[in-house]
Amino acid sequence: MASYSTNEFKSGLKVMLDGDPCSILENEFVKPGKGQAFNRVKMRNLKSGRVWERTFKSGEKLDGADVMDYDMEYLYTDGEFFHFMATDGSFEQYGATPEAVGDTKNWLKEQEKYEVTLYNGSPISVTPPNFVELEVVETDPGLKGDTAQGGSKPAYLTTGAMVRVPLFINIGEVLRIDTRTGDYVSRAKGE
Amino acid sequence: MTWQPGASIASLQQRAQFNSYLRHFFAQRFVMEVETPALSCAAVDDANLQPVMASACDKPVYLHTSPEYPMKRLLAAGSGDIYQICKVFRDGEVGRRHNIEFTMLEYYRLGFDLKTLMDEVAQLVGDYLRIQRRIDLSYAQALKQYAQLDVFNLDDAQLRTRVNEFVGHEISLSRDECLDIVMSHVVEPNLPADALVFIFNYPASQAALANTFESSDGHHLAKRFELYVNGLELANGYHELTDIIEQQSRFDQQAKSHHVTRPLDTHFLQALEHGLPDCSGVAIGLDRILMLKQGASSIQDVLSFDFSRA
Repeated sequence: MASYSTNEFKSGLKVMLDGDPCSILENEFVKPGKGQAFNRVKMRNLKSGRVWERTFKSGEKLDGADVMDYDMEYLYTDGEFFHFMATDGSFEQYGATPEAVGDTKNWLKEQEKYEVTLYNGSPISVTPPNFVELEVVETDPGLKGDTAQGGSKPAYLTTGAMVRVPLFINIGEVLRIDTRTGDYVSRAKGE
Repeated sequence: MTWQPGASIASLQQRAQFNSYLRHFFAQRFVMEVETPALSCAAVDDANLQPVMASACDKPVYLHTSPEYPMKRLLAAGSGDIYQICKVFRDGEVGRRHNIEFTMLEYYRLGFDLKTLMDEVAQLVGDYLRIQRRIDLSYAQALKQYAQLDVFNLDDAQLRTRVNEFVGHEISLSRDECLDIVMSHVVEPNLPADALVFIFNYPASQAALANTFESSDGHHLAKRFELYVNGLELANGYHELTDIIEQQSRFDQQAKSHHVTRPLDTHFLQALEHGLPDCSGVAIGLDRILMLKQGASSIQDVLSFDFSRA
């Protein structure tokens, strides 16, 4: 893998830090008066998802990380791994661990497309589309005549995820969910 | 479209007016404008500055990082008070506040002590930016007030612990490099926006080309100041070192920390040997003053063509 000097750091570059692959978010050059030059770098640890702020002496180098994002379709879980298939025509399949899938587990739906990040050829994280449509499997009975106004109740989806929904929602309805916030958006269209 | 300038035409007009303001300022005070070579066979000695290398007449040459050495040769030759407005070049310095090539005002005043020069710089910058409020802080006060560090009673381990908030533990840093991190990461971002902040009495280890002295409480300090407005470093001034032996030893010390040997400016040393009159001098970053004047957050906004468009 190539290595990159601080002056090559730019948003989106993937580098190794403390043994973990990281994606650079911001890079600011600072140099006090007559002193040493530094780069203040914000980067996201791709394993933990945490944002790190680290300062480097200008000119220091980090190794590049073998990290690539691919569009993949979710197939099924065998209880241990979550299986995805590349949609680039290769039909290549990858098993992602629960750690790699993380909270995206709440929004997994068969035949839906996800962004799977491969590190050294294995899934390291899975990003859901911004919106998914999932069916309600459990909630209190809907109240007749209730509109969007006033009150909400918990509803459980096929994935096991819980979302707050308006009182008029019933079991069996398909809902549109914003995966970034975990919020109910609307009933799915075409119902 | 990259052929177009980064700065607006109005911004460029303001720069032109700023230049006449400066020339008027110095004409009133009988300070002579001079020009010195941007290309030199010798390189800057400061290990923290990377000169841009070029080639001329089949010889390696360097673009100046500041016009300090040749201007001091003029002072030694009897020029009297002088100033220069010129482009200087520092390799690798690219960012929101940096461009490899930038415009510097450098000037020298004979017989001025540091305080007198600070007063004049306060007038030059304060009048232009219409800032009256001035705060004078010693380096120790600045670190105490903004970083809660007692710089002269702080051992290396304590300082390193503080700095490790920002860097990994594996990076090797000298004491001055640790202090540089505190200055740039903690102090500078917290300095007030609406005041001229002068920081002076730097540790002697950060003297560069300034005279040093022993303070009444026994600290070895440099007669050097920096001017900040809104956390942006605008000026760096010295009561100039005139002692040839001390200068030679600082050159030797810097040379040890260079990755590659740089040709020493022997003309400059000869001038010092001949005798530099007692004086104070300052380098002022004009692009940054224009950034403040125009409320620009990036230096690109005040440059016709920054390095990415050059």
